[in-house]
Amino acid sequence: MPFHPWPPILATQVTTGLGGSPTSIFNPAGTPAHSVFSLSMLVLGITSGIFLVVAGLLLYALLRYRHRPTDENALREPAQIYGSNQIELSWTVIPILIVVMLFLATARVIYTTEHAAKPTDSLDVTVIGHQFWWEYRYPKLGIVTANELHIPVSDPKHPTPTYLTMSSADTDHSFWIPRLAGKMDLIPNKVNTMWIDPQAAGLYLGQCAQYCGTQHAKMLLRVYADTPTEFAAWVAHQRMAATQNVAVAQGRAVFEHNACISCHTIAGTVATGRFGPDLTHVASRDTIASGSVPNSAENLRVFVDDPAHFKPGVLMPPMHLDAQDLDAVTAYLVTLK
Amino acid sequence: MMATQTPVHAVLDQTSTTPPRRLVLEVLHDWIATVDHKKIGLMYIGYALIFLVVAGLEAILIRIQLAVPNNHFVSPQTFNRLFTMHGTTMVFFVGMPILFGFGNYLIPLMIGARDMAFPRLNAFSFWISAFGGTLLYFSYLGGDGLYGAGSAPDVGWWAYAPLTAHAFSPGHSTDYWTLAVLLSGIGTIGTALNIVATILCMRCPGMKLGRMPLFAWLYLVMSMLVFVTVSPLTAAQIMLMLDRYLGSHFFDTQAGGSAVLWMHFFWIFGHPEVYVLILPAFAYANEIIPVFSRKAIFGYPAMVAASVGIGFISLSVWAHHMFTVGMGAGANAFFTLATMVIGVPTGIKIFNWLATIWGGKVHFTVAMMFAVGFLFQFLIAGLTGIMLSAAPLDWQLGNSYFVVAHFHFVLVGAILFMLFSAFYYWFPKMTGRMLSERIGKWHFWIFLIGFHLTFDLMHIPGLLGMPRRIYTYEADRGWAMWNMLISSGGFIQAIGTLLFVYNMIWSYFKGAVAGADPWDAWTLEWSTTSPPPDYNFAKIPTVESRRPLWDLKHPEDPDSNYE
Repeated sequence: MPFHPWPPILATQVTTGLGGSPTSIFNPAGTPAHSVFSLSMLVLGITSGIFLVVAGLLLYALLRYRHRPTDENALREPAQIYGSNQIELSWTVIPILIVVMLFLATARVIYTTEHAAKPTDSLDVTVIGHQFWWEYRYPKLGIVTANELHIPVSDPKHPTPTYLTMSSADTDHSFWIPRLAGKMDLIPNKVNTMWIDPQAAGLYLGQCAQYCGTQHAKMLLRVYADTPTEFAAWVAHQRMAATQNVAVAQGRAVFEHNACISCHTIAGTVATGRFGPDLTHVASRDTIASGSVPNSAENLRVFVDDPAHFKPGVLMPPMHLDAQDLDAVTAYLVTLK
Repeated sequence: MMATQTPVHAVLDQTSTTPPRRLVLEVLHDWIATVDHKKIGLMYIGYALIFLVVAGLEAILIRIQLAVPNNHFVSPQTFNRLFTMHGTTMVFFVGMPILFGFGNYLIPLMIGARDMAFPRLNAFSFWISAFGGTLLYFSYLGGDGLYGAGSAPDVGWWAYAPLTAHAFSPGHSTDYWTLAVLLSGIGTIGTALNIVATILCMRCPGMKLGRMPLFAWLYLVMSMLVFVTVSPLTAAQIMLMLDRYLGSHFFDTQAGGSAVLWMHFFWIFGHPEVYVLILPAFAYANEIIPVFSRKAIFGYPAMVAASVGIGFISLSVWAHHMFTVGMGAGANAFFTLATMVIGVPTGIKIFNWLATIWGGKVHFTVAMMFAVGFLFQFLIAGLTGIMLSAAPLDWQLGNSYFVVAHFHFVLVGAILFMLFSAFYYWFPKMTGRMLSERIGKWHFWIFLIGFHLTFDLMHIPGLLGMPRRIYTYEADRGWAMWNMLISSGGFIQAIGTLLFVYNMIWSYFKGAVAGADPWDAWTLEWSTTSPPPDYNFAKIPTVESRRPLWDLKHPEDPDSNYE
């Protein structure tokens, strides 16, 4: 789809409006995003006030004191005024007071967010940024997955936030789900942390926010906030080894006899590569290619055949499989629920 | 009776009123070998204008690509090169040279000197910067070296490590970027040194520091900032080259190097650099707003203090570019405060301009119209800067299109508007011809509309979660309509810029003859002819106040009575 028709885009834009965007910071759904949102309203209020006063005075001065060629004194120079220490002092002190006020309000949000006490019921997830996908590890649950992060919804009365421990395998990346929290960078040789607590079940979108190389744009983020029962079921499922199905033995053989296993893991098989996403439960995900296309047999087949088709710049090389092998390996992958 | 007799040597005293026609090669030799500050200044400006058009075209290509979601107008690789080249060019090969061009041309004239302190260093600095820019663009031919057909750098204008390491940037494109920035940095330091020496040592009799035009003060602060900030950048570029070619590991994270170290090196340059670019814009405003309000600048000492204050405070704000790096709450709070504090001296400047206009008689020439645009747009840019200075807001908005909108408000809305103003104001001095006010008004209004269409709306996709530096975006995010409007504004700005170029060419040949002092202004550059002779002043002037030409025009009420 190289070109979208213009009128339908306009129509959806008008109907969704500003708050309708799935990544709008005006529609916060987690504590950090909420506190940033209220701080931004305060800052917006103050700066708008300053703007109205200063711009109003400027506009008034420009209109009131414009040169009028018809005036009898048009040719005379106006009175020369060189300055006033009292006035200078007042427009130095008042801004300083505003700055102090703004700073204190800001510092409170900085400290309450960064130094929030970690509840015992929190979940730990390790996030590793790769060119150009996300690796998620749940160290206490023994789960490794990619690109679609599942976490429990957090009831404000009994919070179960998720603490993310973040680093990068290659270049800098940044984790940004605008409705849940501000961003945090993933930097090689550095460990960062942040926490998120989605207060409503559902899917939260975002994407990599630090330029990380050719395919930065399609390094999309999907966070699923599951209800406690959904999450328990998801965890139980993810902890199982990959399904074994003799009907797709040929596809499995293709996978295991090609370089696929150097980069991908499928738990319970000889595939133990760590360079690319874990594929043990790849068929249970909604999307492939870091969230850029829906997970379907057709898309999987296209991706295996030519990874750069959806993601130019992707590091996975084309395997040059013939049509028969492609069909077989696709059939194998779709069984990995 | 004696008057009719002509001395024998009289023929030698005659200077021909029509200079002999010269060959193109002679003219060219004149320009290439010149050490005249005015010619070097004009070459800086011309060179910057060429790159302005090039980088502007890159911006247009970027905007075509982003006009609709999932567009395939350019490839991701091409897009990444476009924004890298656009940013690098605009900062290093448009912003710096054009500001140095005006400084070079005007500072000696304003302080009553016949040239810069070091004319040969001046020429060297220009040519080494020019070589840097050429090298950057040569990467389009030689960037891949032996690896392929050539490519420009695609690491972004701040070139974060480890993207610049050999593992992620094979080929030579990153080296061209490094060398280009390094060379232009040498030229920058050379010119800054020259400006400081000129201002400190070459002022005409009577011009104490406190009587200098604010223009010179701003350039003094700007040049001092260059010393402090370009040096770390140069050091970092050398370290990067060592990493890439001699196996050191400063920024090579795969061997234990630090990505964050590069960020500190880059932003201790990169943020004060914004002030290096905006201080000259303040300099023009300080000259142009008083002349067209027909009043002396309000609060000269406060303006000097605010400028020097901005210079110092700007050295302590760099890590506000790193609020999402994980510096910890203490550092985030410190850099929030430092960044907010810089709003105070900046506010003082706006208030003093307002007070200068207050009670004056404002003449809305095109130069003043652009200056008024500057005032409003700089106000907005400052206020969005206050928003971004609050670290938590930056967690959301940093690296989003909100930031892109914010700094384009500074760079285009403030600096470029003030540059246009400076062109309309000083073009008569530089060429002897007025720029057409009629074409200028069209230029102003078209550019203003395009600017606001693009950059007002650009804040919105940032608020809706659109990160910068993505070559395309998903259709379901609600960003498409905004991007289409933003892109269309880009074309309107391009039309405005073309009108400006047309105006300069037309006016150069057909514009009204300016005379020495077309604006009835007050600083020394207007006391000599337009364009000034090679030696600037036949007799070095002596001044007794900040506005020597006011004193001449109003001997009954000179400024020196009040200073």
